[in-house]
Amino acid sequence: MENKLIISPSPHIHGGDSIQRNMYGVLLALVPAFAVSVYYFGMGALVVTAVSVASCVLAEYLIQRFLLKREPSIGDGSAILTGVLLAFNLPSNLPAWIIVIGALAAIGIGKMSFGGLGNNIFNPALVGRVFLLISFPAQMTTWPLPGKLPMEYTDSITGATTLSLLNEGGGSLPSVVDMLLGNMGGSLGEVSAAALLLGFVYLLARKIITWHIPVAVIATAFAMTGVMYLADPLSYADPVVHLLSGGLLLGAIFMATDYVTSPMSSSGMIVYGVGIGLLTSVIRLFGSYPEGVSFAILIMNALTPLINTYFKPKHFGGK
Amino acid sequence: MLKTFRIGGIHPPENKLSVWKKVSVLPVPAQAVIPLGQHIGAPAQAVVKKGDMVKVGTLLGKSGGFISSNIHSSVSGKVSKIDSAVDASGYKRPAVYIDVEGDEWEEAIDRSDTPAKECLLSTREIIDRITGAGVVGLGGATFPTQVKLTPPAGMKAEMLIINGVECEPYLTSDHSLMTEKGEEVLAGVAILMKAAGVDKAVVGIENNKPDAIAYLRDLAKGYQGIEVAPLKVKYPQGGEKQLIDAVMRRQVKSGALPISVGAVVQNVGTAYAVYEAVQKNKPLVERIVTVTGGGVREPSNFLVRIGTPVRDLIEAAGGMTGDAGKIIGGGPMMGKALVSEDVPITKGSSGILVLPRVESVRKPARSCIRCAKCVQACPMGLNPSLLMNAAEFAAWELAEKNYIVDCIECGSCSFTCPANRPLLDHIRMGKGKVMGIIRGRKS
Amino acid sequence: MILIAIITLGGIGVVSSGLLYVASKKFEVYENPLVAQVQEALPAANCGGCGYPGCSGFAGACVGAQSLDGLLCPVGGAAVMNRIAAILGKDAAGVEPKIAVVRCNGNCEARPRVNRYDGARNCAIAASLYGGETGCSYGCLGYGDCVTACTFAAIGINPATGLPEVAEDRCTSCGACVKACPKGIIELRKKGPKSRRIFVGCVNKDKGGVARKACSSACIGCSKCEKECKFDAITIADNLAYIDPQKCRLCRKCTASCPTGAIYELNFPPPRKEAVAAAGQVSEEKTN
Repeated sequence: MENKLIISPSPHIHGGDSIQRNMYGVLLALVPAFAVSVYYFGMGALVVTAVSVASCVLAEYLIQRFLLKREPSIGDGSAILTGVLLAFNLPSNLPAWIIVIGALAAIGIGKMSFGGLGNNIFNPALVGRVFLLISFPAQMTTWPLPGKLPMEYTDSITGATTLSLLNEGGGSLPSVVDMLLGNMGGSLGEVSAAALLLGFVYLLARKIITWHIPVAVIATAFAMTGVMYLADPLSYADPVVHLLSGGLLLGAIFMATDYVTSPMSSSGMIVYGVGIGLLTSVIRLFGSYPEGVSFAILIMNALTPLINTYFKPKHFGGK
Repeated sequence: MLKTFRIGGIHPPENKLSVWKKVSVLPVPAQAVIPLGQHIGAPAQAVVKKGDMVKVGTLLGKSGGFISSNIHSSVSGKVSKIDSAVDASGYKRPAVYIDVEGDEWEEAIDRSDTPAKECLLSTREIIDRITGAGVVGLGGATFPTQVKLTPPAGMKAEMLIINGVECEPYLTSDHSLMTEKGEEVLAGVAILMKAAGVDKAVVGIENNKPDAIAYLRDLAKGYQGIEVAPLKVKYPQGGEKQLIDAVMRRQVKSGALPISVGAVVQNVGTAYAVYEAVQKNKPLVERIVTVTGGGVREPSNFLVRIGTPVRDLIEAAGGMTGDAGKIIGGGPMMGKALVSEDVPITKGSSGILVLPRVESVRKPARSCIRCAKCVQACPMGLNPSLLMNAAEFAAWELAEKNYIVDCIECGSCSFTCPANRPLLDHIRMGKGKVMGIIRGRKS
Repeated sequence: MILIAIITLGGIGVVSSGLLYVASKKFEVYENPLVAQVQEALPAANCGGCGYPGCSGFAGACVGAQSLDGLLCPVGGAAVMNRIAAILGKDAAGVEPKIAVVRCNGNCEARPRVNRYDGARNCAIAASLYGGETGCSYGCLGYGDCVTACTFAAIGINPATGLPEVAEDRCTSCGACVKACPKGIIELRKKGPKSRRIFVGCVNKDKGGVARKACSSACIGCSKCEKECKFDAITIADNLAYIDPQKCRLCRKCTASCPTGAIYELNFPPPRKEAVAAAGQVSEEKTN
């Protein structure tokens, strides 16, 4: 290397943070939830996650390499993360070819069509998930019941989720302990509240995300469902059940906090989180779909640019 | 709970390598190059010519306007030429070259070491002496001190805040000054209090300097109204507005002066220079400079004559290691990269930082992932990501509306960015553009 | 059932059209129809070369002005100005075709690097930081602010020299690059007969020795060309020669007299052999 003095504007040091550190950090935070899903859904969880991650990474690589003719950037970990999050939102017995379609939708439509990481408006994993939910409603809403390390992939016994029980009425709800641990039907990554909260603590500790969005989402959903429960406990479920069931925690902690598609200021994050909490509750309580987290996040994703315009960071010295 | 400022901030590694080193006196250089513009504002007008003999303390340049400062010779000898020299700004600017002969001082300067605590001069006389001695803010901004002490009509200072924060990583010059010249610093603070017409002064020091806090606290018992405030370590606490917020819990509004919340802020180095100017009649001709970083063999603190080439300091610090890649005038966060080792030390040089080549090169920038870490880091509550985009695409109105001119150029955004984006590079440029537009609109 | 649907949709249609009608009347902004006509005649490049924000701003200025003196669309040139004059019934001012020239030839060989820049690749940023990677603090930085500024893709950095080059057929002399260059290197000059023109390819104001040391193709202000010129077209100020395009008769005597080859001639027939030797390789590259 040439031996000349290097000149650059200040600052001359960097904190060492990187996109990779954050992406792999989130992946690490998802490990407990993954472990629980493997425990309850066995082979199915492994296959679905592997297929989803592999097809997301491959889709990103191929699109960057051959369509956009750019240097592929799969090393930054964002495609892996999209793959894992997509898988976590799928039932563990979903046929592989459907997963591949979902991954293509997530990366192709959700991410690359906007110009890649940083430019997408919607959370790619959720784009993939909703794409599949609308295209394959039957397969997407048939959940296998949790067993203990089951080895079969597609032929497991299926049953309803907590939320579909609530939506249609009837059936007995799982206990709070089961919901915490994840011993209930549902998408493979969303079942264990305890594992997801563990991941949340890790993300906060490593300063990968701030508390604003998850806390706003959870608090709003809790308050809204709580008010309805107090008004009419016979028709509406306990807010604790709402909190621990379905994709609320997974969505609040890992999907709503996606950097690219969430607002930048603290106040904006709170508004965004409250919006997700409200929309989720409305869809769950009054809508025909049992679950509304995905739609709520996507709707708020669309509003993020607007939130960014109106909710600026708190300016030093005020106005 | 220790005090600190309330918005943003970061924690860069402190790296105070030279903290245990006593200040040693650097020998007078063979040739001194003394720039006529060492401060913010108009450069001084030269009052010497080629061939003139000068002594230490002889006036070389007279203040060239309201915001300007006198420049004195820091050595004795013969003026060899008045030409331009590349200074820390990276550009050629007028400077006086002096070939050193001996070390003779102007008679009026009191060179004794005995501290003189009492000051019986009037406010006017104090400010005149400060003006005469060419004292400027030694924290790095080099704003002429007398201007800060003469508030605009109708404004009244309540409190003097002394900046002993030294939040820049690596630098230890203020720290050594406080532990070695504490007596004089406090005497200077007392003089500044009188000049600013306040009866309260707070010396803000980050609590990574417990020895300085304890020492000054002890000495402050001998003064009325001087208090030492330990502050929680956070960068950029040494920023004027951040320090006022930390100490007084008041935020200076956008575009306003510190005096609008009743504060006058001066650096500890400035307090010492004021003491020397007022009590010893000594102009600002030398200062403490930290020479540090992984690129020098022996990080040290030196008492250096203004105009000494950086090369002399680096040699005195054991020379550069083979892999040195960048020489920075100042600290790593706000300092300027120097184009050569011939750049002279000026009033604003608080340190010379030599970084090894591996630490000198930036990582390639990636596209923004809108993680908002820059927003969380910004101590002014701005959105650096937005401002960078506005500056890059020349959206000056958008930049102005989002307070680009409030940026204090602390570098927290670039430091934090996981995508290694050169946020401050663009924002600084955009800030300059927008300030130009605002000035154009006013006139 | 069908009837209800028709009534509902029809009702919505009627109400909406009513609202739209009211809104369009209430919020209507009156605009002189002449402005639209003038704008039609403009090239719609919105380059800002005229000094107004886009073509519509310029059209408004033309309609509002007493005479068209001083108003010029550099992109459209005389043809467009004449058309505007016809629309407005005013006289068009005379227009002389111009073109951008880059007054720096400090390529990598002529101007060795003395340090390495590692900041954002943007001339304005580098220029606000320091003098640049080479010993010459006046010369081209090469980060392409002019390229970004050009709406017509008429200027590009030649990777071999690291310097911008103007594509003559595309340059509309809008002046965007002139404004973008923080070093003031680019100048709009008279295009000249058959696009022939002569200019000093250097803006270094340092003393001869300093400039020469920093760059082998620098103008050293020796004033040989000034003496050579019979038309008083060349003046020396701040150690730098300048050729007045209005006075220059393109006799090419100065080019041969320059000891550093800092004077460039463009689009002349190939010079005779001895001139090639004098002008050096750099100017040849430039001519091609």
